[in-house]
Amino acid sequence: MEMPIPNASVLARKDRIVAKLSAVLPANAVISDEAETRAYECDALTAYRCPPLAAVLPTTTEQVSAILKICHAEGVPVVPRGSGTSLAGGALPTADCVILGVARMNGVLETDYNNRFIRVQTGRTNLSVSGAVEENDFFYAPDPSSQLACAIAGNIAMNSGGAHCLKYGVTTNNLLGVTMVQMDGTVIEIGGAHLDSGGLDLLGLICGSEGQLGVVTEATLRILRKPEGARPVLMAFDSNEVAGACVSDMIKAGVLPVAIEFMDRPILELAENFAKAGYPDCEALLIVEVEGSDAEIDEQLTLILEIARRHNPVELREAKDAEDATRIWLGRKSAFGAVGQVADYMCLDGTIPVSELPRVLTGISELSKKYGLRVGNVFHAGDGNMHPLIMFDANKAGDLELCEQMGAEILRLCVEVGGCLTGEHGVGIEKRDLMVDQFTTQDLEVQMAVKDVFDPTWLLNPAKVFPLQSSQSRRAGQLAAE
Amino acid sequence: MTILTPKTEAELAEVIAGTQGPICVRGGGTRPGGHVEAETVLQTAALSGITLYEPGALTLVVQAGTPLQDIEKQLTDEKQRLAFEPIDYRGLMGTSGQSTIGGVMATNTSGPRRIQAGAARDFALGVRFVDGTGTVLKNGGRVMKNVTGYDLVKLLCGSWGTLGVLSEVSLKVQPIPDTSACILINGLTNQQAVDAMSKALGSPFEVTGAAHAPEGVDGHPVTMLRIEGFEKSVSYRAAQLKDLFGAYDVSIETTPEKLSAGWKWVRDVELMHGLSGDVWRISCKPSDGPELAARLKADKTLFDWGGGLIWALLPERTDARARLGEFAGHATRVRGAPLTNIPMFHPEPAALATLSKSLRLKFDPHGYLNPGIMD
Ligand SMILES: Cc1cc2nc3c(=O)[nH]c(=O)nc-3n(C[C@H](O)[C@H](O)[C@H](O)COP(=O)(O)OP(=O)(O)OC[C@H]3O[C@@H](n4cnc5c(N)ncnc54)[C@H](O)[C@@H]3O)c2cc1C
Repeated sequence: MEMPIPNASVLARKDRIVAKLSAVLPANAVISDEAETRAYECDALTAYRCPPLAAVLPTTTEQVSAILKICHAEGVPVVPRGSGTSLAGGALPTADCVILGVARMNGVLETDYNNRFIRVQTGRTNLSVSGAVEENDFFYAPDPSSQLACAIAGNIAMNSGGAHCLKYGVTTNNLLGVTMVQMDGTVIEIGGAHLDSGGLDLLGLICGSEGQLGVVTEATLRILRKPEGARPVLMAFDSNEVAGACVSDMIKAGVLPVAIEFMDRPILELAENFAKAGYPDCEALLIVEVEGSDAEIDEQLTLILEIARRHNPVELREAKDAEDATRIWLGRKSAFGAVGQVADYMCLDGTIPVSELPRVLTGISELSKKYGLRVGNVFHAGDGNMHPLIMFDANKAGDLELCEQMGAEILRLCVEVGGCLTGEHGVGIEKRDLMVDQFTTQDLEVQMAVKDVFDPTWLLNPAKVFPLQSSQSRRAGQLAAE
Repeated sequence: MTILTPKTEAELAEVIAGTQGPICVRGGGTRPGGHVEAETVLQTAALSGITLYEPGALTLVVQAGTPLQDIEKQLTDEKQRLAFEPIDYRGLMGTSGQSTIGGVMATNTSGPRRIQAGAARDFALGVRFVDGTGTVLKNGGRVMKNVTGYDLVKLLCGSWGTLGVLSEVSLKVQPIPDTSACILINGLTNQQAVDAMSKALGSPFEVTGAAHAPEGVDGHPVTMLRIEGFEKSVSYRAAQLKDLFGAYDVSIETTPEKLSAGWKWVRDVELMHGLSGDVWRISCKPSDGPELAARLKADKTLFDWGGGLIWALLPERTDARARLGEFAGHATRVRGAPLTNIPMFHPEPAALATLSKSLRLKFDPHGYLNPGIMD
């Protein structure tokens, strides 16, 4: 993956830049020692690494503002970072950048059950937001599988989703307001405890902007009362096509489960070996979860199981108690870990119209044969958000490149059937060069024009999202300006 | 005055590319915004028709000038709907004609279900539009989850035609639940009502509408809580909610005609139809609702969104913002003769106003599209 050539002038000024940053931050908040900056050399897309010039770990919005003012004046690129779990390389540094990590900004600022919101610093992890309101039986709905580690900051930047988004929506549908610092240090407040914008929907624009428009330091999030209960069922089918058709029928019938997760045979085998969840032997497995009181759950499951039976399932298994439920989710939750045990993998994230599931799954398995790389599919089927995991060997010369080529072909297939490159992980560097397959030059130009408004000198996470060639002249402006 | 009615997206682009001055962009004309000084009116009415409807994927792709009514009919045939419950503004605004989907999305118009399901913008999956230079652009797509590039879909929703003229929108639709019920509580004060609505919205019973009319249809205060779903589930939740408010005068309404009439009354603000005066719409933190309503001293008041949305009828030319004073939220002057000193949209803090203005200049460098409408 190509990255821009580091700005030599910035590299040469390292000592001065570090000194200036140290002057506005508490002790221990500036990391510039080469051994220590290595901790920030990559995110969860570990195939690409590069230690930054320095990393800073502020604790307040004022400090973030001071940092950005300095970097702005010095012409230093800034890469914001939450927990570094991005699968798209969104938080990948360049050698001339400062990593601005919000991990130490993890406080709860306000909890308001009457108005159903919580205000947090964005370094707080996703799961601990729910944790903060759990004793009152509330929760924060978006639940990426990485929720134990990932931060609200990254969730907002990537507009992250999760297994339960089918019912509750993704981050943008649950975000009410942000405090954001612009590259020149200006602090702005957008939205709040009220709904919708009185002018242009800047909040909607910020969410999913991959750290390129500003550094989000605080967030107001919608919290919801927990349902009375939840129950998953497991459905096993003897082909991907049949499982896909079952998903479509459920949606059409008007039952809207909270989650419909899909796993194919390669994933099932690995997950079974790894987690011993006791899944049935089958080609495709669905986990469908519904919520409500016991009676409500029974009512919905009756309908859902009836639909499933029409598709001749190999097995239907309903959770009888909490232990069963945990076991049903166990294999799904450990799927990524299971794959990671046996191979290096790249997780794609293309989204397709649900009706195209069978066609795309067939296409993927053909590509798998063509490239000689194993692929497993585990994904959010209800909304067509695929997660093909391509397995490769990072130590084998050429394997990573092969994997990338295959990934690109899969994503083009997603676009071709009416879908998109990424449903929840973001573009980062990973899908940057494929943007031209989904967008025209003008479509990309108008998006870059938006970045021009928020960050005229293109210092915030500049080498991401847009193909380097497209953003070249703008990033060159950044060099000339300093 | 010239009226232009392009029939295709390409024609739309041509018209805008060839324009020499300001254009007033019009969908159905049912909800004119502030005053636009323009010799040319551009109607989207001929950009009409459903491009794609996949009930099994809950997706609808539709040309921007398609009448809302046509869309709702198609959806109803498949037992589906637009979950955000768009408002029919004709009665309130005293306009006639047909709302178009483009107009609904461009104004981010959502009704009572916004509190639970989300706003129009939350159901927008993709847009195609023509910017102020006549360039055809797209963003988003037709799939349920999409984070490919910046979310300009949200930005276009609620931009009142100032960033571009929508030519096509993709929407997420929702199945119509089997049944519905409404818990009615009589005689509450505004404060009691907002407390009750908070309690209901904070319960696990999935309330999809929470409104309070200090003066209901019969002139007495009534608080309404809506639940929807499968039959057994609805009756269970209705009973649970009724129990929650056992201390009050509570009843459960289940007659479908009465339910739809009642929520239409709230959605379309029928309370204020045919009455003279200016209409204001205030979005606030729900618990601030009663205090803000007290400051407004309106002739008529209606609370929706659990208290977070206040509709207020005030004497003509009243500056509601002056009465409200500082508060967290925004007040929009929905109906009233154009006034230079009382803009339709809530003035934004300086930093945000600068950003919005710069964004408009990027999309519409000559300032041709609905100039001044959002200032
Ligand atoms: C095992 C595993 C499972 C996953 N499952 C899911 C899933 O189910 N759903 C899903 O959506 N994602 C998933 N992800 C991806 C990842 O967890 C999400 O993208 C997450 O939101 C990233 O959060 P983070 O705090 O780690 O962000 P980082 O990786 O630190 O950064 C991500 C992006 O956010 C930007 N950013 C960070 N902080 C800020 C800030 N304060 N202001 C502005 N921009 C900022 C960064 O510059 C970068 O572009 C998974 C990842 C892993 C490793």
